[in-house]
Amino acid sequence: MPAQRTTFLFLTFAWRTYKKLISYLVQRFLSIGLSLLGVSLLVFFMVHLIPGDAALAILGERATEEALVELRKDMGLDKPLYYQYAKFLWDIVQLDFGRSFKTKQPVIDEIKRYFPATVELTFAAMTFSILFGIAAGIIAAVYRGRFWDYVSMSTSLAGISMPIFWLGLMLILLFSYFVPILPSTGRLDVVLDLDVPSRTGFYLIDTLLAGNFAAFRNAIAHLILPAITLGTIPLAIIARMTRSSLLEVLNQPYITTAYAKGLSQWTVISKHAMKNSMVPILTIIGLEVGYLMGGAILTEHIFSWPGLGSWLRASVEARDVRAVQGGVLFVATVFMLVNLTVDLLYAYFDPRIRVGDESK
Amino acid sequence: MNTPITVTSQHHAYRKLLRHRSATIGASIVLFFIIVAIFAPVIATHDPRQANVVERLQGGSAEHYLGTDGVGRDIFSRIVYGTRISLKVGLIAMTFSIGFGTLFGAIAGYYGGRADNLIMRVMDMMLAMPSILLAMVIVTILGQSLTNAIIAVSIVYIPQYARILRASVLRVRELDYVIAAKVIGASDRRILVTTVLPNCLAPLIVQATLGIGAAILDAAGLSFIGLGAEVGEPEWGAMLNENLKFIRRKPLAVTAPGIAIFLIVLGFNLLGDALRDALDPQID
Repeated sequence: MPAQRTTFLFLTFAWRTYKKLISYLVQRFLSIGLSLLGVSLLVFFMVHLIPGDAALAILGERATEEALVELRKDMGLDKPLYYQYAKFLWDIVQLDFGRSFKTKQPVIDEIKRYFPATVELTFAAMTFSILFGIAAGIIAAVYRGRFWDYVSMSTSLAGISMPIFWLGLMLILLFSYFVPILPSTGRLDVVLDLDVPSRTGFYLIDTLLAGNFAAFRNAIAHLILPAITLGTIPLAIIARMTRSSLLEVLNQPYITTAYAKGLSQWTVISKHAMKNSMVPILTIIGLEVGYLMGGAILTEHIFSWPGLGSWLRASVEARDVRAVQGGVLFVATVFMLVNLTVDLLYAYFDPRIRVGDESK
Repeated sequence: MNTPITVTSQHHAYRKLLRHRSATIGASIVLFFIIVAIFAPVIATHDPRQANVVERLQGGSAEHYLGTDGVGRDIFSRIVYGTRISLKVGLIAMTFSIGFGTLFGAIAGYYGGRADNLIMRVMDMMLAMPSILLAMVIVTILGQSLTNAIIAVSIVYIPQYARILRASVLRVRELDYVIAAKVIGASDRRILVTTVLPNCLAPLIVQATLGIGAAILDAAGLSFIGLGAEVGEPEWGAMLNENLKFIRRKPLAVTAPGIAIFLIVLGFNLLGDALRDALDPQID
């Protein structure tokens, strides 16, 4: 009995204290669920929206009649529509995306196989763009109107207009052709690849777990060019946002006060100004996550990076509808969850925006 | 923001645009590409689709200014003709997405209520996933071709325009002259077309200019990963993809189409930014 009572008390306490947060989270998860339901409708109808005979479009002109009949049956095209959709939903709720038409493997297994490579790439790109973007923005704001401001801002303007695929090709030319110091394809040299057992799928972790430092360095070398390619546009955008956000804050009286107290410039910027300029910067970072997932598809193609983007691209090319359905649903889910996380981070940086606060 | 565009403010905007350096640069770049597109047959030295395996992967010469690609096609001529494709893609995609975006945004903003809710939820859903993902879904449905890539890009950009227009309509809807039109007894459609829409134009023009650049970039991206233009078409993204395997033997074959894409997108971006500054009365 006392155990139950403690649990009850704890729950009441949690509810009273975090009422707003909990109701906000419930609301957000409901809306994510609704959006995903929409995405599921879209990918479900993909098969039905294919002009003409879907089975023929997937298997191609030379398909035999038996194969067509088999595929139609396999896709459930002979059943009523509501039954098809209900079954589709039931399956994806259990993470069963069916089998790929092309490789005959379960789609979820393929996603599990390729996802770590994409996470590794986007994570590296994100780290690169946040670190250098914020640094460049701070430099530009502090040296406003002077040489470093111009250098930093004109570089970032060029970065924004640069087609990501072209940037990647130029980096390959520069660093693996004219000055051949970095590899330009894959995640690891083939020779080393055989030595490293795959445990997590993250090569940086796998190589360390295997205690193979040569392979670890090799994996990092393979990661550099793709990460720079993918991270440059977010870097430019983050730098511009940091600069303008910081400039706005630096004009406020409390900054003057901080300087007047005799604090060093470093302390004023890092302790006083940066925390208050973080909200717009975070918003931009959150938006860039979506960009990164799209950009990863192009980047993976350039560097033959065996990730989810390359896999999805190949699936679209082969019109492997099952694989595209699973892949799109998966990526959309990840995308929405990441956005939710970013929204929750706001509250940490700006107590004025406590989540779920209706008065704001 | 509440001032409608009058003759004087239009004149003012035009003068501001002229003073703007990035506007001049952007407009020059765009104009340059338009001229190249119009006079492509005159400027190009070869048939852009004519393969000639004997002359493959040549360097730059008086015969082939930028050399030849993997099957001996003249790269310079392909880039010149590619201008036509890129501008066509940008214009068609932008027109299409503005058309539908305006329609949806205007209906949502003007009528409000259930129509607004339904339309904007669908738009939110489209914005809830990365745009290239949505484009890939559309290409899977329709099959791979340049036309389908244009359709995909157009659909992807509808929500942006719908949102902008909805916001503008919401703002304009409550203004006195719209209420006056209503009192006179003008029909909803008439009010929308003759009174509300003309006053929502400024943000739309800006977004359209930026939108052409974005559409060109996205379509080139789709072609680059092999989901856009058909094999052999002189499309810049597809050229990059075809020449990717020769990057070590002939760097110019990937550098040139890339620079073309970069420049045309930069042109539209500079022009769009300048237009935003010129049309926004808050920045003076």
